[in-house]
Amino acid sequence: MTAAVVSAPVLPPAMTAARVASVMKETHDTFTLCLEPAESEPLPAFAPGQFSMLYVFGVGELPISISGDPHEPGRLVHTVRSVGKATNALVNLKPGAWVGVRGPFGTSWPLEAARGRDVLIVAGGIGLAPLRSAIHEVLRHRDDYVRLMVLYGARSPKDLLYRRQLADWGRLADTQVLTTVDYGGVNWRGYVGVVTTLFRYVRLHPAGTTVMICGPEIMMRYVIREVEKRGIPPEQIYLSMERNMKCAVGFCGHCQMGPYFVCKDGPIFAYERLRPWLEKYEL
Amino acid sequence: METKTIAEVLREHPFVTGLKESYIHKLAEMALEVQFAKDQLIFRQGDESGLFYLVLSGKVALEATAPGRISRIQTVGETDALGWSVMLGPGGKTFQARALEPVRALAFDGARLRQLCEQDPGFGFQFTRKLLHVVSERLQAARMQLLDIYAPRTGGKLV
Amino acid sequence: MQTTLPDGASCAAATRDAVAALFPILQGQGYQIVGPTLRDGAITCDVLEKFAELPAGWTDEQSPGRYRLKKRDDSAMFGYNVGPQGWKRYLHPPELKMFEGTRDGESFCILKSPPPPVKRAFFGVRPCELVAIERQDRIFLSDRYLDPGYRANRQNALIIAVNCTQSAGTCFCTAMHTGPEAHSGFDLCLTELAARGVFLIESGSQTGAELLAQIDHRAPTPEEMAAADEAIDHAARNIERTLNTEGLRDLLFESFEHPRWDHVAARCLSCANCTLVCPTCFCTTVEDVTDVTGNHAERWRKWDSCFTDSFSYIHGGSVRLSVKSRYRQWLTHKLAAWVDQFGTSGCVGCGRCITWCPGRIDITEEVAALRGAEPVRSGS
Repeated sequence: MTAAVVSAPVLPPAMTAARVASVMKETHDTFTLCLEPAESEPLPAFAPGQFSMLYVFGVGELPISISGDPHEPGRLVHTVRSVGKATNALVNLKPGAWVGVRGPFGTSWPLEAARGRDVLIVAGGIGLAPLRSAIHEVLRHRDDYVRLMVLYGARSPKDLLYRRQLADWGRLADTQVLTTVDYGGVNWRGYVGVVTTLFRYVRLHPAGTTVMICGPEIMMRYVIREVEKRGIPPEQIYLSMERNMKCAVGFCGHCQMGPYFVCKDGPIFAYERLRPWLEKYEL
Repeated sequence: METKTIAEVLREHPFVTGLKESYIHKLAEMALEVQFAKDQLIFRQGDESGLFYLVLSGKVALEATAPGRISRIQTVGETDALGWSVMLGPGGKTFQARALEPVRALAFDGARLRQLCEQDPGFGFQFTRKLLHVVSERLQAARMQLLDIYAPRTGGKLV
Repeated sequence: MQTTLPDGASCAAATRDAVAALFPILQGQGYQIVGPTLRDGAITCDVLEKFAELPAGWTDEQSPGRYRLKKRDDSAMFGYNVGPQGWKRYLHPPELKMFEGTRDGESFCILKSPPPPVKRAFFGVRPCELVAIERQDRIFLSDRYLDPGYRANRQNALIIAVNCTQSAGTCFCTAMHTGPEAHSGFDLCLTELAARGVFLIESGSQTGAELLAQIDHRAPTPEEMAAADEAIDHAARNIERTLNTEGLRDLLFESFEHPRWDHVAARCLSCANCTLVCPTCFCTTVEDVTDVTGNHAERWRKWDSCFTDSFSYIHGGSVRLSVKSRYRQWLTHKLAAWVDQFGTSGCVGCGRCITWCPGRIDITEEVAALRGAEPVRSGS
């Protein structure tokens, strides 16, 4: 059969056919899928922080952050954590399987605004995935930024993502990478404790730092507190929010958070904008 | 090679930020510079030697021992304080501390510290307040660890 | 309140039979006519074959949690207000197949599916409903993304509006500035003078003018014009409820912890009726289904409601688990967040949510309580 994913008029924007090029196991429940075009139509370009809606035939569509390098043409890389039926179907796809891609959607990390400044990246768990794209971008235009600091926390050593890359980045000039886990075994010789405890090991110049945070919402709130305590102004703090998404275009109404649609007004928000809403329980 | 005096080294440690110069001087007088090798135990569970440490460099793991296993609870490093429980009185340490890499620290005798606090309430208050800060941060961090925020939740209720 | 119809030059008068002639004319042009009719004890919108299917001589009695039909002592064709369902289901359908796909091994193909849109004539759209349509236009047609299905339905809808000459107990269009008179957004607009058996007709577009030209009509008399004004005025005067919208957006966002939410939560069944009858509510969900082989899949879009406990589900749990938080979300979205998102209020004052709430929750009363005021009630 000549297969074709035709733009279905009731599905804005159109879905592109992609093929799984590789599936890499990062941890026991997290996998990185690399997608390439399945037909003549190329995969869309994206900005760090944006997400795709990935369609698994017959199962459904999932919002997944893009975790790859924005300058690698023609490929889309997503790191997916298997937490339910749909994500499980996605991570169990084999190379060659087709995936429908819509997107990219949403706002992106403020890499323009961060030029000429220190970049502080604070990630928790799978939150490192959308931040990896930002790190790629900073490293590609390294002279545009001053220091790069990456603080990363995960549950345990076996839950750490991108360990080799973290080590590589840590060896670069003007770059500090600190990793911690909540639960460390005796073979782990790194830090043990929540990611906020890493702050005492970095020297910050608050006025000249842009912070990008992604992780569980609880973690992000505590990191913001820590970062504000150190004098970084709210307009230089950015976070990536997550809500239930069905359409990614602001039509289904599910992702609303106060006045915002997380799919359109986010997922990346300046903390200044979110401040009145973040602490409201059951918003 | 220029070697700093203990007072100079102490002054650089964040723990003493904001303390009066005379208090820093009193602390420097009783401080002892110590070093630990990789994997060396700084103190064991139940240790009664009563020392309080300000870590200058290197990573220290706090561990709890049980039959057949050692659990690592937290790490502390440069800029941190270790062994604050000596300020509550004599008695052994709850956890053991192990240097994960070569560690340099300033050690203070707990009994002498307590005595100084009794004799000079002004110092006592300032020092205790600093400790309270340490304990509070430690408690916050421990609570957040307990939340287990990265754990996959299945069929849970509230976020 | 003064209401004035445009001057006699752009307004026509026609008999009921002439208006009835619109039916075969529209059907002859390929339009499916949708309009109010009696069904299941209510006046609700459905496909109409004949003009006689309009609920002549009927009216409705509406109050919180109560809807009753009542016979009128005249045979007015439009002597009632709004029923449980309006035009939304024809523009933004309750169930829509978004696509079908077939799989062959690793690859799959999405079939270019949707059926050609049906040309529809909406016969009897109330002014508040016209505004509701405008509100949904703003959501689906104005931003970065367009809903092509909505656009197709909308472009293929011909609108014959009807000014209200009476108001129901739960109406509050005057407070929301959406009625009882229609000013734009229609092809034709009718004002019924039941006692005289005459309709005043205003055309609002080229299509409307062409349609009007095909039926018997004449210039209205000044007396007829005055009677129409008075009838619309009568509707406005009899509105019992009001909702103070001044500073409401800020007030609601600041009232997140107001104790009133607990009060309403105790009465709210989270049944979602309000969202189902509301002409501006737009939330949907998607369902992916396959056949037993797994090689044929369909994706359906269905109406959803923020009152369901899984609406805000992200892995591990729902953000809004309590009924209180869901009612608060609905009301705050409708009257506050909507302003940030779309530049206007999301409420058109049609009163359906009040009528169809089994808990008899009244949005106007809730807003008054949140303001710390007594609800304003006038008339009977």
